[in-house]
Amino acid sequence: MGNTIALVGNPNSGKTTLFNALTGSNQHVGNWPGVTVERKEGEVRFRDKVYKVVDLPGTYSLGAFSEDEMVARDYILTGNPDVVINVVDATNLERNLYLTTQLLEMGVKVIVALNMVDEAESKEIYFDVKALSGRLGIPVIPTIACRRQGLDDLLAAASIKIDSAKNGQFAISYGESIDTKLITLKSYLSKSELAIPLNWLAIKVLEGEEYALRIIKEQEALQGSTDFRSFYEELAVHRDEYQLDIVDARYNFVNTIVKGTVSRPAEPKTTWTDKADDILTHKIWGLPIFAAIMLIVFQLTFAIGEDVLGESMAEGIEALGEIIKSGLVSISAPWWVTGFVTEGIIAGLGEIIGFIPLILVLYLLLGLLEDSGYMARAAYVMDNIMRAVGLQGKTFISMIVGFGCNVPGVMSTRTLENRKDRMIAILINPFMSCGAKIPIYLVFIAAFFPKHGGLVLFSIYFLGILMALIMAKIFSKTLFTGEVSHFIMELPPYRKPTLRNVIRNMWDNVSEFLVRAGTIILTVVSALWILAVLPVGVEAYGPESILGRVGSLIAPIFKPAGFGTWQAAVGLFSGIAAKEAVVATLGMVYAGVSEGAELVSTIRSVFTPLTAVAFMVMTLLYTPCAATIAMIKKETGSVKWATFAATYTFALGWLMAVLVFQIGSLLGFA
Amino acid sequence: MNCLSLIRLNAGDHGKVEKILAGSAATKRLYEMGFNTGARIKVLKNDSGPIIVCLGNNKIALGRGLAEKMLINIEH
Ligand SMILES: Nc1nc2c(ncn2[C@@H]2O[C@H](COP(=O)(O)OP(=O)(O)O)[C@@H](O)[C@H]2O)c(=O)[nH]1
Repeated sequence: MGNTIALVGNPNSGKTTLFNALTGSNQHVGNWPGVTVERKEGEVRFRDKVYKVVDLPGTYSLGAFSEDEMVARDYILTGNPDVVINVVDATNLERNLYLTTQLLEMGVKVIVALNMVDEAESKEIYFDVKALSGRLGIPVIPTIACRRQGLDDLLAAASIKIDSAKNGQFAISYGESIDTKLITLKSYLSKSELAIPLNWLAIKVLEGEEYALRIIKEQEALQGSTDFRSFYEELAVHRDEYQLDIVDARYNFVNTIVKGTVSRPAEPKTTWTDKADDILTHKIWGLPIFAAIMLIVFQLTFAIGEDVLGESMAEGIEALGEIIKSGLVSISAPWWVTGFVTEGIIAGLGEIIGFIPLILVLYLLLGLLEDSGYMARAAYVMDNIMRAVGLQGKTFISMIVGFGCNVPGVMSTRTLENRKDRMIAILINPFMSCGAKIPIYLVFIAAFFPKHGGLVLFSIYFLGILMALIMAKIFSKTLFTGEVSHFIMELPPYRKPTLRNVIRNMWDNVSEFLVRAGTIILTVVSALWILAVLPVGVEAYGPESILGRVGSLIAPIFKPAGFGTWQAAVGLFSGIAAKEAVVATLGMVYAGVSEGAELVSTIRSVFTPLTAVAFMVMTLLYTPCAATIAMIKKETGSVKWATFAATYTFALGWLMAVLVFQIGSLLGFA
Repeated sequence: MNCLSLIRLNAGDHGKVEKILAGSAATKRLYEMGFNTGARIKVLKNDSGPIIVCLGNNKIALGRGLAEKMLINIEH
């Protein structure tokens, strides 16, 4: 097994970019055990050696402020990386070196990737890299991750570091009073056999980190000593004060390092980021601009993904289906094989594959917004609105992620530190219309509103956001009362997105979609196909089939919403397994085979524009898919909340669909 | 000394962080993000939303509730 390199750095330091540049396509995503923080791993080959590269979550510190920080800290302490590459944003040296000092205190082998030196240069910030490296006592390698510059030097330094001895003892002076306490504490600790660097542990105890305190609590020898206990209680009294003094001392240390090794203009230059922010975060214009950007995203998704690419894709699948069908017929396969393959599998998958371009485009555009730094501004302009409903602006980011898929949407709430924010964000995430629902809307749009696709799609998304905000307000007044949490958020400079990052991100998402399409959807579609042709002898897909009967049983519930047919009921039902399955199911039960045009024309004959809208509203709001419900259970740690999420969304979806249909009918729409 | 809560500062004002009176977790986080005692900040924006300050080369948005609890020693 080769050596392991861990990447650590502040958010927005370019860590993901560096990881992608190093590992290329040689990477995979998993989860850290026990938590839902994403774990990215890859491989890099350098001078005939293969290194494993582990990407740790972006953090400002290595304490216990969030799950991300804990994951990073635990991996460095117990994962035994052979070397840690600390990615440092050169334009923000002090704050980034704050993390470096903590790594040094942990006694691990560290090298610094001084990233974004190009941006620093454009801000007239220059470094004496040699002196910087000398003062820190570790190699410092300038890099430009997005242009792949400095990677070889970085890997060379890493491989030398791996083979070299550990760093010497590193210690900052925290001022006399704290230093004496540290020495005393260390002498107590040295009596127990601990696998963790004592120096670091002692500092963390003074800082009052849960994790360190727990370790102390477990040391029976220490707890038995009355001397230690009185010393320890004395520490507890001053904890808040020590905590801040220690942070201050680290910053002082950083300042002495930086002094004389970095030259920069007295006043930071006004950049075009500042000018752009004057407009994009403007108190009046910020919000309409954000809405306009989202509208453009949906219009483009629709125009490129559907009209240009989607159609040709669907035609290709159709042709493939014909070839396979004639192939099966020519080898005189039994009817049920031909039926199952062409009507079940190919038709089902064909529907899904036809929508891949659309999802690609959506992820591409959302990825561009993220990588350019605009997402943080979106959170900023939404803060006032979110605050009005009892949440904070950052919650909105988890909502935007939900537009792609609710599973990562729910996951991304873990960056919210406050339980109230987090629970509400999880419960409202299903109203963020996910990528898998788009195909459903598209069928109805093609049937009734072909000229206004982008607008209809935008309105649906808008309704989803509106319902999410209303429910958030209700939840924050009823289920989760308590203070609104603080908003602290970095607004990184606008940057030209790195294509590699955006494509990587898009590919990860789409391949996940494909894997799901290949498994859950296939299962659902096959199961439905079997139910649709049994009992033997009934008309396939007819009301007498098992499927038809079950559907007819549920259908009356939807009568007040205008779509009380058993087919619609079955379609919605399959959507609880996976939203991707709805169109394929509708295709099966309405058209026998789900070829695009045929399905659209059947839909046109069974629905009316009004019932189509009611159905889309139901689709938007009702129970999320099984994967999302499972993730809600995991993140809330409770079956109760998962069940609640599954049922209240259904009730709300039904209510809104009924309102649309009833009010629409009263107003004379059909 | 001329100390004011950050929320009372206007765009263009600058000064040094004097003290943060928020809870210990939030205070520590602010310290770790660079708002430690003596850190120089400049207010970029203070209207209805979160306050945007410039800290070194870094822009950070701070909720109004939090800004209220940060005492800034104004420089002229
Ligand atoms: N100018 C410049 N931009 C970079 C560099 N490295 C990364 N970026 C950009 O900085 C932004 C944040 O990078 P990312 O890797 O997502 O940061 P992370 O949050 O640390 O993972 C992206 O827009 C990147 O394209 C660099 O060396 N120079």
